[in-house]
Amino acid sequence: MNILSLRNVVKRYSNHTAVNDVSFDVPKGKIFGMLGPNGAGKTSLIRMITSITKADQGQILIDGEPLSDYHPTQIGYLPEERGLYKKMKVGEQLLYLARLKNLSAREAKDKLDAWLTKFEITDWWEKKVGELSKGMQQKVQFIATVVHDPKLIILDEPFSGLDPINTNLIKDEIYEMNRKGTSVIFSTHRMEQVEQICEEIALINRGKMILKGNVAEIKDSFKENKFEITFDGSFPSDLSSDSYDVIHDDAHSVIIQIKDGHDSNELLRGLIDRNIHIRSYNEILPTLNEIFIKKVGESHE
Amino acid sequence: MNSNRINLIIGREYWTRVKSKTFLLTTFLAPIGIILIYAFLGFLMTRGSDNEKKIAIIDNAGIAQDINLQRKNLTFEIKNESLQSLIGAYEKGEYDGIIELPPLDSTQQKYEIIYHSDKTLALDESSSIESMFRREIRDFKIQAFGIDQAQLDLIDTSVDISPKTIKDKEKEISSITTTVSSILGGVVGMLLFMVILIFGSQVMRGVNEEKINRIVEVLISSVKPIELMIGKVLGIGLVGLTQFAIWGILIGVLSFIASAVFGLETSAMSEMANNEMAQEVMANEGVKTKVLQVMKELMGMNWAMMIPMYIFYFFIGYLLYASLFAAVGAAAGDDINEAQSLTTIVMLPLIAGFYIAMSAVQAPDSTAAVWGSIFPLTGPVVMPTRLPSDPPMWQIGLSMLLSLLTVIALIWIAARIYRVGILMYGKKASFKELGKWIFYKG
Repeated sequence: MNILSLRNVVKRYSNHTAVNDVSFDVPKGKIFGMLGPNGAGKTSLIRMITSITKADQGQILIDGEPLSDYHPTQIGYLPEERGLYKKMKVGEQLLYLARLKNLSAREAKDKLDAWLTKFEITDWWEKKVGELSKGMQQKVQFIATVVHDPKLIILDEPFSGLDPINTNLIKDEIYEMNRKGTSVIFSTHRMEQVEQICEEIALINRGKMILKGNVAEIKDSFKENKFEITFDGSFPSDLSSDSYDVIHDDAHSVIIQIKDGHDSNELLRGLIDRNIHIRSYNEILPTLNEIFIKKVGESHE
Repeated sequence: MNSNRINLIIGREYWTRVKSKTFLLTTFLAPIGIILIYAFLGFLMTRGSDNEKKIAIIDNAGIAQDINLQRKNLTFEIKNESLQSLIGAYEKGEYDGIIELPPLDSTQQKYEIIYHSDKTLALDESSSIESMFRREIRDFKIQAFGIDQAQLDLIDTSVDISPKTIKDKEKEISSITTTVSSILGGVVGMLLFMVILIFGSQVMRGVNEEKINRIVEVLISSVKPIELMIGKVLGIGLVGLTQFAIWGILIGVLSFIASAVFGLETSAMSEMANNEMAQEVMANEGVKTKVLQVMKELMGMNWAMMIPMYIFYFFIGYLLYASLFAAVGAAAGDDINEAQSLTTIVMLPLIAGFYIAMSAVQAPDSTAAVWGSIFPLTGPVVMPTRLPSDPPMWQIGLSMLLSLLTVIALIWIAARIYRVGILMYGKKASFKELGKWIFYKG
């Protein structure tokens, strides 16, 4: 079952097409990455999913149903452009935002108390948002995003401007909610973040979908049979090089690319036969960044 | 639209403003300040000269004999001494000044009294002395000309125009109906103009602040843009009502206290204006009857019809301009000052309405006033100004209908601009873009 399905979604603005015929599914309970450089159309997509704007064409389904009025209360959205009322107190503000998501005053207060306790910031309740540092404001904003227990959380560049400690804190919360069954869409232009966090991704460039699927499978399909081997001593010069090319050669390590029709075992066997002590042997998979550049390069040609 | 969410938004807009320091300051300190200045001025005027003065009079005219020599703070002594010896007494501190009355001729129309002193007289002292002698000279002349006092009393006639309606025989119009109506209309028109301008521009700033803050993106992922706009407009409108209600109560209470404490009455003011004792009494009588008449007129106004109308026009006028201001706030870029051209366009009809309303105070049935009250953008300010002067029913009806339709259309247009504008970061929108936004379907 998919928590979100996009079917041929199109969004046009007066002078350009921000989203051009995009379709993908976000499986329920997964952390899904929406990748693409700045201006790729990620925010336009998110705004349609969160009912801020409407799609010109195509269909958006939440949990199998076409978008309707009550869906916004089931979604938690952390926009890239963070914003809170500077002059309002943290408590008042969180209560207000939670109640706009249809929580009763009582429910909202209880849930907020739990979150503030969890983040050890209960003493912020009476503080004005303007008095908090940027990182602290982000925590408040994160609580506002998730306080109503949404089925789907959409985080647009959630870690920008956060220090490593707070990044990990938020990351842990995302994992925990995901374990409890919340689906997460994670939108970013920083591909390396996605590799660690997401299982599934969609890669978008200039409004078009250029790649989607499981991260491991995508990486596998883009692998170039490169391996890194580290060892003691020096690389033997008498090995036959019919099955591989040496791409990079250091004192105690080499990066090789296995030629088509061969496999890396031939090389390993040769090394073992020569009594070379192998310390490590790794397949080098392409990073999403490299895949992205490769795909974008193709689409430009 | 979801009324629950709109209520939440109204609540936030209302309470954050009403609880703010600025609101408390302007609401409570402004009227207290005004009252204090008023009371202080009154205090100065009534107690301007509070030290006793003793003044010698050299009477060369022979009019001072039967003068009452005791005045408030002033004591007079008629002396048959030379100026020289009196100046000697002045220097010893026996007198504060010497009045020298030159000889008087009954045909004389200008009479100069000389006051010898190094200290000048306070305003109220000199006017009191002047009026004292003016009365004596008048009596002197009446005797000199042999005029009968009783006939003289009958010579002044007060003339009033008493209008009578031809068609509607029931309607009673007194001579001051027009005056009372136009002043009432002017005050109401002025208040409406101020409320719309002050609170309308607060809506604009509030919308722009949310846009610059980027909080709007969080908000409209929970609520519809039109809910947010309407909530803000209504919330700020309620703040305006609250402020006016508090001002009304405060001014009433404080002016009561002030008049009790400082003994300040309107007659004290008119005493300053009317120097002559005789006239003063007459004027006082006049003021009293006038006040009574004005009260009667005010009571006689058709309040049962006018109050609902005022409330109607207040809401229509405020909603109309506040939603336009909301659209401007949304269309403005990160620097609201850049939006000057947009604000001007919104304010133009409002200011035009204000000028027409002020001219309607004088001539409530002029062509400009009639069309200004029917044209929906100026009507909410002009029509209430004309209302006390009983404009024809068809004009009221047409004005109400047109402004109601316009307000619905404008809220719709404003909401469309608002919806797109709040998500457009960066520079302010051009007119061409605004036009596109209105018809933009997403």
